Amino acid sequence: MRCPKCSGNMRTYDRNGVHIEQCENCRGIFLDYGELETLARVESQWSQQHYSSPPPPHGGPAWGAPHHGHRGHRDRGFMGMLFSS
Amino acid sequence: MTTPLAERLSRLAREHAASAGGARRSGGIPEEPDGRAGPDGRAATARGGAATPAVAILKDTRVLVVRAGDVVVKAHPEGTDEAALTARLRAALALPGVLLPPLTDRVEHVAGRPVTVWPAGEPVEPSDPAAAPWEAAAGLLARLHAVPAAGLALPPSGGPARVPRAVSRLDALDGAYAGPAAVIREAFRTLPVLSGAGGTGPGAGRPAHGDWHLGQIVRYEGEWVLIDVDDLGAGDPAWDLARPAAWFATGLLDPDLWGRFLTAYLDAGGSAVSRADPWRELDAPARALTVQLAATAVAAAGAEGRPLDEVEQALVSSCGRIAHAAVRP
Repeated sequence: MRCPKCSGNMRTYDRNGVHIEQCENCRGIFLDYGELETLARVESQWSQQHYSSPPPPHGGPAWGAPHHGHRGHRDRGFMGMLFSS
Repeated sequence: MTTPLAERLSRLAREHAASAGGARRSGGIPEEPDGRAGPDGRAATARGGAATPAVAILKDTRVLVVRAGDVVVKAHPEGTDEAALTARLRAALALPGVLLPPLTDRVEHVAGRPVTVWPAGEPVEPSDPAAAPWEAAAGLLARLHAVPAAGLALPPSGGPARVPRAVSRLDALDGAYAGPAAVIREAFRTLPVLSGAGGTGPGAGRPAHGDWHLGQIVRYEGEWVLIDVDDLGAGDPAWDLARPAAWFATGLLDPDLWGRFLTAYLDAGGSAVSRADPWRELDAPARALTVQLAATAVAAAGAEGRPLDEVEQALVSSCGRIAHAAVRP
């Protein structure tokens, strides 16, 4: 296929499951139908993996309470419990 | 003093303090307890004259603990296994720097109660959990767990036996607490068999403190050490991490503090749990401790005749989830 911009020869590359055509002359890139969406999806998966809050380092039990702001840190009842059997 | 027993204990403590002389006065221990001296925060101070050291009741529960000057004496419950207690005292003497060493490995007797005698230490400042020595405590537990149990001739750890004892305290409550008591009992029934010897866990038969919390560590001669050998024994050392694990799982303990404690334990070579999956070993004892904590807390509310506070409700909720998690496939 010919580059629509400079009529140079275009070569097909396969990068992480996405087909792209790149012009050997002007380095312009042509995307097939749906390939821009595929790229956007892959990008959002990558950023979710890298920027979402990490799980607690040591995990927790299946029966544990959700830790949406623990309750007892300053609670007098819990403060006593920290120090007694 | 409030009772004849406390008076006799304080006299015994003063005798030991006098015979020990000023030898231990260099330990950085305040001469005058400040009224907050008890690890459980319930100190009742009665000051002696200029010639006698200040006397304080540090604890008055199943045990009675009295401090006079630099000496603390502890009256253990009637029916205590004295051979086991002696073995525990000797283990404490054999592990200086890990456990507070008693002043003698001899069990004395006051009014029919076995009594042990200890040097006084400085408890953890109770007002700020984040400032508590979590890392030091974790390091001490890791060191205790690394000791070969065979050389200590220890009885079984008393930790697991505390769970049914706590649950049985629910029997005395009136109908106002029937709902939470039923939830706790249901969770208790789902627990795996509680083995006093830790016979099946990966840490079976290793030294375990048996009742660890922040009141069980004091500063003595400038170093933190573990105190209270009453439940010290051979068992599953994961039980010593189970109480803070239960606090964390119930949403009471700041996850950062829990992380600090567990990381410090692992970094110190603690062997009760694996770094890759600590909850594999923690899950069962943390469930048991949650049941124990809930039963103790609800029994305390019942004894005071008041409704459950937020912390107690959170523990009962955890018991509900424990029971629910157990019945699901």
